[in-house]
Amino acid sequence: MSSHFELFGLAPAFAVDAAALDRAYREIQSRVHPDRFAHAGDAERRASMQWTTRVNEAYRTLKSPVQRAKYLLELNGVDVGFETNTQMPGDFLLRQLELRETLAGANQPEALDALLAEVRREQRLLVQGIAQLIDDSKDYAAAAGEVRKLMFLDKLAAEIDVAYEKVE
Amino acid sequence: MAYSDKVIDHYENPRNVGSFDKNDEAVGTGMVGAPACGDVMKLQIRVSKDGVIEDARFKTYGCGSAIASSSLVTEWVKGKRLDEAATIKNTQIAEELALPPVKIHCSILAEDAIKAAIEDYRKKHGLEQADGEEAAEERVA
Repeated sequence: MSSHFELFGLAPAFAVDAAALDRAYREIQSRVHPDRFAHAGDAERRASMQWTTRVNEAYRTLKSPVQRAKYLLELNGVDVGFETNTQMPGDFLLRQLELRETLAGANQPEALDALLAEVRREQRLLVQGIAQLIDDSKDYAAAAGEVRKLMFLDKLAAEIDVAYEKVE
Repeated sequence: MAYSDKVIDHYENPRNVGSFDKNDEAVGTGMVGAPACGDVMKLQIRVSKDGVIEDARFKTYGCGSAIASSSLVTEWVKGKRLDEAATIKNTQIAEELALPPVKIHCSILAEDAIKAAIEDYRKKHGLEQADGEEAAEERVA
């Protein structure tokens, strides 16, 4: 089976052209969409469904920085160890505790705005670092450590979204 | 997903929540995190001069199972010697709390947290980890 990158005609790199990805996705989706095969035979309808599922999954994977990095590292034989690796650097974990304490104490939308801006800033820095490690230095083991960090921040950003619903 | 009664009990009435001064000579601090769910856990032990855990505290940001796992471990380790506490296995935690397979990583996190706290205390006091662990295994056998 071709890789997600090949499917969309993209180079296998962490830095992706988001516009090119969106374009390729819409183009393929319009060709394989089940609506086009509503009056076709069973086999063709089934093939259309399978292709749609495959294309959607590939798009979702490449769209998300964490999932794209995880996928790229797997292509290069490196497991990010989301489930098994609990030994994050001490200073990173301390920072995560701090950020979560701030979230627990934030009861105004303004406090959440400030926290979210900080989390977004740290996410951007990590994404830049991951791009450098994967695309330039090809240090996949180091990249895996940074991708694990990004998981924590993505999760925190999602929790901040939930917290907004409570304060507003 | 349905939580077991024990998980709900620990979640609603968590034992030993809080912090010790991590610079205190008698305190060992373990910090771990689970990337899969973004859970962060800090577990601390206060150890007497003869190597017995007198008290424990935890702070966990995570789901109910992660909070229950760390709460349970702080109860279990009190009164245990370091080498005994180091033998706690995630499977015992998961069994006690009746964790479903998708929450097993929460028990792994708690096991890793107590191990890290013990390790931190031993490092502070220049104690070798291997000796204690071997002694513990001998007793089991």
